[in-house]
Amino acid sequence: MTEATQTREDRATALKGLGTARKRVEDVRFTQGKGNYVDDIKLDGMLFGDFVRSPYAHAKVVSINADAARALPGVVAVLTAADLEPLGLHWMPTLAGDKQMVLADGKVLFQGQEVAFVIAEDRYIAADAVELVEVEYEELPVIVDPFKALDADAPVLREDIRDQMEGAHGPRRHNNHIFTWEQGDKAATEAVLAGADVVAEEMIYYHRTHPCPLETCGCVASMDKVNDKLTLYGTFQAPHAVRTVASLISGIAEHNIRVISPDIGGGFGNKVGVYPGYICSVVASIVTGKPVKWVEDRIENLTSTAFARDYWMKGKIAATKDGKITGLWCHTTADHGAFDACADPTKFPAGFMNICTGSYDIPTAYLSVDGVYTNKAPGGVAYRCSFRVTEAAYFIERMIEVLAIKLGMDAAELRRINFIRADQFPYQSALGWEYDSGNYHAAWEKAMKAVDYEGLRAEQAKRLEDFKAGKTRKLMGIGLTHFTEIVGAGPVKNCDILGLGMFDSCEIRIHPTGSAIARLGTISQGQGHATTFAQILASEIGIPADDITVEEGDTDTAPYGLGTYGSRSTPVAGAATAMAGRKIRAKAQMIAAYLLEVHDDDVEFDVDRFVVKGAPERFKTMKEIAFASYNQAIPGVEPGLEAVSYYDPPNMTYPFGAYVCVVDVDVDTGVTDIRQFYALDDCGTRINPMIIEGQVHGGLTEALAIAMGQEMAYDEIGNVKTATLMDFFWPSAWETPNYRTDWTTTPSPHHPIGAKGVGESPNVGGVPCFSNAVHDAFRPFGLTQTNMPHDHWRVWKVAHDLGLHG
Amino acid sequence: MIPGVFEYHRPSTLTEAAGLLTRFGDEARVLAGGHSLIPMMKLRMANPEHLVDLQDVGELKGISISGGEISIGAMVTQHELIDDKALATAVPIIREAALQIADPQVRYVGTIGGNVANGDPGNDMPGLMQCLNATYEVAGEKGTRRIAAREFYEGAYFTALADDEILSRVIFPKPDAGTGYAYEKQKRKIGDYATAAAAVMIGKAGASIAMTNLGDTPVWSTEANDALTNGDVEGAVNAAMAAINPASDNRGPAEFKKHLAGVVLRRAIERAQSRAS
Ligand SMILES: Cc1cc2nc3c(=O)[nH]c(=O)nc-3n(C[C@H](O)[C@H](O)[C@H](O)COP(=O)(O)OP(=O)(O)OC[C@H]3O[C@@H](n4cnc5c(N)ncnc54)[C@H](O)[C@@H]3O)c2cc1C
Repeated sequence: MTEATQTREDRATALKGLGTARKRVEDVRFTQGKGNYVDDIKLDGMLFGDFVRSPYAHAKVVSINADAARALPGVVAVLTAADLEPLGLHWMPTLAGDKQMVLADGKVLFQGQEVAFVIAEDRYIAADAVELVEVEYEELPVIVDPFKALDADAPVLREDIRDQMEGAHGPRRHNNHIFTWEQGDKAATEAVLAGADVVAEEMIYYHRTHPCPLETCGCVASMDKVNDKLTLYGTFQAPHAVRTVASLISGIAEHNIRVISPDIGGGFGNKVGVYPGYICSVVASIVTGKPVKWVEDRIENLTSTAFARDYWMKGKIAATKDGKITGLWCHTTADHGAFDACADPTKFPAGFMNICTGSYDIPTAYLSVDGVYTNKAPGGVAYRCSFRVTEAAYFIERMIEVLAIKLGMDAAELRRINFIRADQFPYQSALGWEYDSGNYHAAWEKAMKAVDYEGLRAEQAKRLEDFKAGKTRKLMGIGLTHFTEIVGAGPVKNCDILGLGMFDSCEIRIHPTGSAIARLGTISQGQGHATTFAQILASEIGIPADDITVEEGDTDTAPYGLGTYGSRSTPVAGAATAMAGRKIRAKAQMIAAYLLEVHDDDVEFDVDRFVVKGAPERFKTMKEIAFASYNQAIPGVEPGLEAVSYYDPPNMTYPFGAYVCVVDVDVDTGVTDIRQFYALDDCGTRINPMIIEGQVHGGLTEALAIAMGQEMAYDEIGNVKTATLMDFFWPSAWETPNYRTDWTTTPSPHHPIGAKGVGESPNVGGVPCFSNAVHDAFRPFGLTQTNMPHDHWRVWKVAHDLGLHG
Repeated sequence: MIPGVFEYHRPSTLTEAAGLLTRFGDEARVLAGGHSLIPMMKLRMANPEHLVDLQDVGELKGISISGGEISIGAMVTQHELIDDKALATAVPIIREAALQIADPQVRYVGTIGGNVANGDPGNDMPGLMQCLNATYEVAGEKGTRRIAAREFYEGAYFTALADDEILSRVIFPKPDAGTGYAYEKQKRKIGDYATAAAAVMIGKAGASIAMTNLGDTPVWSTEANDALTNGDVEGAVNAAMAAINPASDNRGPAEFKKHLAGVVLRRAIERAQSRAS
């Protein structure tokens, strides 16, 4: 087709901009095994590091003897805390204002903790040498229960801060206590509870699990002693923040550090933090003058790098007898493990747990969270969610069900009565957030209709009758969830990590021939940024997405940004992309006007060109404009066509969704069969429907894993019981149900293109939905609350305890 | 996840392989599909100094069905068990059970010999071989001998096989036509071992029951067999339940497994009965 015969629609279609189900450009290399991950990086003379790790959860380190290891041919060095101490690197700061041992300094606090770092000429020799390091331990009493951690006579875990009663987030009231965080109005909430028609009370436990990305954590540190430059390749979800932290703790000037995140095989929060492996690799490279690679194996990933959840949420919810919720109270005991290494914005030690009023108009609420040390691995990261949002969503969506039981009401109706109405947005929540936009009732009605909710309830009633009559041993459960997320951290005025404001950035260069490169401060770990960000730009600047390279992850070339987690890429860096695009467009407008010999205001943007107003046959395409910007002297306009934008979002975005799950439960075996799952997501403006669908499928599958089997379990002496994929549940295609996806579109009023972020919604909404379905199956027999994961034996136990085995 | 140092041997005859075992004694282990042994080596729970790879030993291959006897070479893969049409017709329970082992990737390399010689109570084939009343042919430098599957297992990872012997063939009588069968297994996910599994055959000559992962060794009880042979399902289940001794683990507490074992066995019996003619 020639340009002359192209209609406006043809030209818009050719851009593959917003709303196009464009195929992921990344998949060309991924599906051919041509990705480039950290472990693919091979540098000349590269050495390999491996850790000696603690077999005990709590012990004194009496002595370390590495003589035999050092004597093994091929071993270059063995580092212990004593070697790091003169450099001040035996401890490191955590993102949560605490500090963490890089290598065991006198004691160990969790099983799998790093004790010594062996550096050898090959990976195999390093592993052999690890076996030769002799460590003498003296076992100490272990605490795995966060409630017992606060007993008066509990052993002190953190000797390093014994009796320092002022912590990073205020006073500590016990040596194993980290912080107390309070939000909302305590007195008013207690008054509401005291005077309420009905109060439902329950302990909701969200068990400890792990993000467990396909690729584990790792890095290659390469110190160039001639030029004094450190290059650090790693699985980093926030490469710029890593550069700044590396500079601050190593003393190497920031311009001499280059951090590169190559392809990343999934992060889900696991790759936000800083780990001892990174520090040890950098030190080892400085000491040896050679590149040093460290890549953890699966067991190390599960047992030592950041876990997620482990929240004990005690809830009270008050309502009128008609079901109007009047107040919500929550006290959470948060098990943070041995060091407080949560990755939350500084002012939010419990993340955004205060989104726990959910989708409901709850006038009065109070939340308090106590962080506690135990002899478990550190972490507490946001596993496919914005900071602690899945905990909050699970809490409120369970409390709604618990209240429905207490009121004898249908849980769908109870939600309907309490949703924030469309006309209440922007909505100020009792716990301090301003929800940007939503239309919950519309989403809910669409979902109820799509699944034929009434029909499902009728079928369920019939099944129950059959069960009672002995005709079947399978119960049917219907799980409901309406979740509201808070993503896109965030406004610099209240969001920072280690003092770094949580803005993000995009820099665009248009090449003379009209193609472009855009660089962002974020980093894709599978989300498809190279695909979607090019689409945002295509619509903004009229250059086809296929002609735009999107590059992330190299701190020497990308503008500063805070990285990718908490669904912040589209809300923050996506906004920066649109804003940078608009700067390009503004300059292009001046160039077009000059070329068309009219005033700037007399041309307007039209898909892929500027046209003279009222004379569309007179135009200059973006391609022509790009070329002109490089080859003509245009009065008053600098040559070139480039722009950069640093975007400080005015608010968070609040995606939401309505999910329904139908499960059959075999009461005799505990086997559950998810036979239907409907997911309606409203993520505002939809950039690429195919990527959204993929993200929803993936997020739901992780939600299935968490709700139905995945856990990090410890025995009473702190041994990890689920350290391999034999026991840590990773669903395969076989276990994964079919999903039916749907949507409504309520744009964010403050985001330049109205987009809200979607990658984490299905995990936030999915976990309570699966769990509610299992609970619902047993509701007629008196179950109000049971702990996840709902694996076979736990489901069986519920049936057993309810007397269903005769 | 990196194994220790070992030497690799690749004999091409059974005699040569047996010779290596005699020479290196308990420092040597044979390697079949490697899907039980290599994970143990990577965890450094097994540290053999010599690995004797059996994949080139032709004598250990092939499935033969002749007369009333079926003989399967130790190096026949689990995938081949599924894929062999004649075997599937003659003993369909083998195919049904093999399809429930691990996942296709594991089955392409994992062998029947490795599965029965391993001695892991989680393996499915040992229970099935009790049910089929199989015999294992084992070969050493001094010659071969036969051991009944029902007498082979002594404890978890302890079997009647000597350090210098190789399990060469699995042999069992062909079940009568019309024998009802079922292999019923509950597991947490694809790629998991059984929480509880039951193999049941009901034929004109008698019935047979065995169970998996409910004790240190495969569960086989004469009383249960006799009861089922007499058509006494309740008696058979009770006898089998008296013979199990499951341990609590991540698949659940013993209390759950005991209950589940009964459910799984009843379902297997029901299905086998429905298929018997
Ligand atoms: C993810 C995963 C899931 C699995 N799930 C199941 C399951 O559900 N059910 C199940 O039954 N199995 C399961 N397995 C185990 C799998 O079936 C193995 O293949 C099998 O247990 C061992 O067979 P192999 O050929 O791989 O033996 P190898 O691993 O090579 O050997 C196992 C042991 O047997 C010895 N050995 C092997 N062959 C002989 C021989 N001919 N003579 C004497 N000794 C011998 C070896 O020395 C070694 O000690 C699983 C494995 C994996 C990795």
